[in-house]
Amino acid sequence: MYKLGDSIPTRNAYGDTLVELGRKNDQIVVFEADIGKSTRSAIFGKEFPERYFNIGVAEQNEMAIAAGAASCGKIVFVSTYAVFASMRACEQVRTFVAYPHVNVKICVSHGGITPANDGVTHQATEDLGIMRTIPGMTVIMPADAVSTRELVIAATQWDGPIYLRLTRDGVPVIYNEETSFKIGKGILLREGKDITIIAIGDMVSKALDARDILSKQGILAEVIDMHTIKPLDESIILDSVRKTGGVVTVEDHQVECGLGSAVSEFLGENYPIPIQRIGLRNTFAESGEYELLLKKYKMSVDDIISGCFKVVGRKKKKR
Amino acid sequence: MVDTINKNLVSFLEEKATELRINILKMIHAAQSGHPGGALSAAEIITTLYCHEMRINLDNQRDPDRDRFILSKGHACPVLYSVLAMKGFFPIEELATLRKINSRLQGHPDMKKTPGVDFTTGSLGNGLSIGIGMALMGKLDKKDFRVYVMLGCGELDEGIVWEAFMAGTKFKLDNLVVIIDYNKLQLDGDNDEVMPLEPIVDKLEAFNWNVIRTNGHDFNQIIKAFAKARETHNKPTVIVADTIKGKGVSFMENKVDWHGLAPDDEQLKIALEEIRGS
Amino acid sequence: MIDKTKELERWAQLLRYDVVRMISNAGSGHPGGCLSAADIITCLYFKEMNIRPEEPDWPDRDRFILSKGHACPVLYAALARRGVFPVKKLKTLRKAGSFLQGHPEIHTSGIDMTSGCLGQGLSVGAGMAVAAKIDRKFYRTYVMLGCGEMNEGQVWESVMCASHFKLDNLLAIVDYNRLQFDGSVDEVLSPGSMVKRWKGFNWNVIEIDGHNINEILPAFEKARNTKEVPTVIIANTIKGKGVSFMENDYLWHSLMDRDKLAEKCKQMKKDMENADSFYAKRLW
Repeated sequence: MYKLGDSIPTRNAYGDTLVELGRKNDQIVVFEADIGKSTRSAIFGKEFPERYFNIGVAEQNEMAIAAGAASCGKIVFVSTYAVFASMRACEQVRTFVAYPHVNVKICVSHGGITPANDGVTHQATEDLGIMRTIPGMTVIMPADAVSTRELVIAATQWDGPIYLRLTRDGVPVIYNEETSFKIGKGILLREGKDITIIAIGDMVSKALDARDILSKQGILAEVIDMHTIKPLDESIILDSVRKTGGVVTVEDHQVECGLGSAVSEFLGENYPIPIQRIGLRNTFAESGEYELLLKKYKMSVDDIISGCFKVVGRKKKKR
Repeated sequence: MVDTINKNLVSFLEEKATELRINILKMIHAAQSGHPGGALSAAEIITTLYCHEMRINLDNQRDPDRDRFILSKGHACPVLYSVLAMKGFFPIEELATLRKINSRLQGHPDMKKTPGVDFTTGSLGNGLSIGIGMALMGKLDKKDFRVYVMLGCGELDEGIVWEAFMAGTKFKLDNLVVIIDYNKLQLDGDNDEVMPLEPIVDKLEAFNWNVIRTNGHDFNQIIKAFAKARETHNKPTVIVADTIKGKGVSFMENKVDWHGLAPDDEQLKIALEEIRGS
Repeated sequence: MIDKTKELERWAQLLRYDVVRMISNAGSGHPGGCLSAADIITCLYFKEMNIRPEEPDWPDRDRFILSKGHACPVLYAALARRGVFPVKKLKTLRKAGSFLQGHPEIHTSGIDMTSGCLGQGLSVGAGMAVAAKIDRKFYRTYVMLGCGEMNEGQVWESVMCASHFKLDNLLAIVDYNRLQFDGSVDEVLSPGSMVKRWKGFNWNVIEIDGHNINEILPAFEKARNTKEVPTVIIANTIKGKGVSFMENDYLWHSLMDRDKLAEKCKQMKKDMENADSFYAKRLW
């Protein structure tokens, strides 16, 4: 369905998968907040109008309605943008979705700076952190269209709430359709011995690019796609760092509270080693082209590479 | 049927409401914390719902076909716990454990802990949205259960309530009834001081709801209002129930200080005497 | 009055051109809601509001908040045309490093508040109006809302609060083009009778044709003369007004076809150059 290398916004894969699921399972219902054309939930609405509810520009209401619907036994998908679900409707998520542990799957587009041109109001760069601190929440960001499809399907079989973050803009397809995905299980994409790069979402393909360049410079990096940051796949991290002794984390998010924090917290308690986090550092981004923004905010392939060099250097000093 | 309400029914409900009030005060006294004012103002409405209006199933508490009730003003939960115990969802003695560690009776309603609670509430303004979710699913599954949501008047300050009013109209949820416990007091003072709601009926009508104004302590009127709501099709109904905060206990009535205050031994004694005497 | 009207109409037409030019240049943006607001924004910035283009932070200036922040190109155009910043900056819209962000930012000269997350502008405006009252200042606060935004509960929180605080120095304008992102307002979430709703919340309500300058200006005046209650102008408008293929088409909420827009832009430029010397020296 999705060809390796094609650039596809993961929101598109989400919309397609919803329809696929809708055909198989009549217990799936979808709520939308007047951006269905953009989140791609409208595709589901077109085929299943009776199971598609557009609540209007009212995300708090949307979230609480979803909780009520889930209490009636439905598998409920909530579509909107990441900023609105995680911030405007944050309390509804915490108190009425997570605390009662109902089956609401919050699938949100415009994660990170992927709505590049839209500017800060529409770029969610704190959402993973907010969601990660809520007890019982599962937090996911797939790296491409193939893994989006697999993880959205897995979400329907998962007991309890999920926050799944999608991209507005295209990201290259990096998986073939044979790869299998499990919520809470990272994917070892490339083996290496000198350093471990752990990436999430749209940054996974950037990590792969960085690895290619690094290998020409004599550094063999192991690359892990940590699509689920909560629950964190601790064993894949431990297995890798025991071999490499250093980590670079890469995320389209503030370095606080997201993937970098999750990995640092785990390693700090269990296996302290040099670590470098790539992501936004106490700053908002802005409007502009995606690649230019990555450069300006030090999240580009070059920045991943220099992060790796830093860690390798610190490893040597440690010895 | 609307016009001829059985006198026996009314006196039966009156008896039950008195029992509720007694239990509310005892519970809050035992916990030495809680919200008596808003629990007492809702006693007649809650009694009517659980002892007359709603279809509940004690043998199968989570019966998918049961009617649902959401106490959006979750802090008033002593009134809900009292009625649930009275109906047999859990032993009456358990009421004494309110707000104590390991109790099933949390400071605000918790669907995972307390039998008979249909949804967790306490953070104000959200109950109506949750009720809309349930009513929508009832329609989708072609079930005939009804959903009842009680809002406190202070909650109407929350924007999400108005989002929900809009959505209720859009989806024509005639299986949904909202009751506003309009006691005109909120934590910091009366509505008019904090955030005025009048003209409340005009507001609700402008959001295209079927609006019924009623005396929330008069069983005849409450029963009729619910019956009228049942007869209304294609739009949801909101019952604006004029009530008195702290109703039944003279020194609590219309006193904002009793929003969240527990009576001491002496106050409890006087209060119970007043309620039993009336 | 006739002359003033004519002049304002020309400015409005120029803003429409700027909007089309900016968005086709940026390759993304929201033309429909800019065009529906162009006449009102013109009347605000070229007649009604008391501002100093050379001193955008003047403490006594009137404030404007574009709560429907996605329509910012029309606001940027008005600010540039009033001389707050050079017109040539308009071509940097949505580019990295530009101060003309995809949604308005308070750091941009002439922008009084960040907006773009819908439904919040009126709350911010109420805060400014309260501050003016406390400081006994005479500046007024203007907030433009999109009709889709009225779905947000926060709007109703601020509607309630503004009448409670008797903010007669606050004017809300609803750009009532009846279309939102996913379709018509009636399909998505019906506003019912807009007038009845605002009246139910104790506001002074004025309904006008939002493209008729001779209705817009008197409405502003009436609002200024109304004491003790805030005023809302329900401005009936047409989304995409002035560009035939965009009018009343919700798909043009966002840029749908860049080439088509670029083509239109060229056409507009040609027509305007021929029509009036006023335009000839101002087009880019």
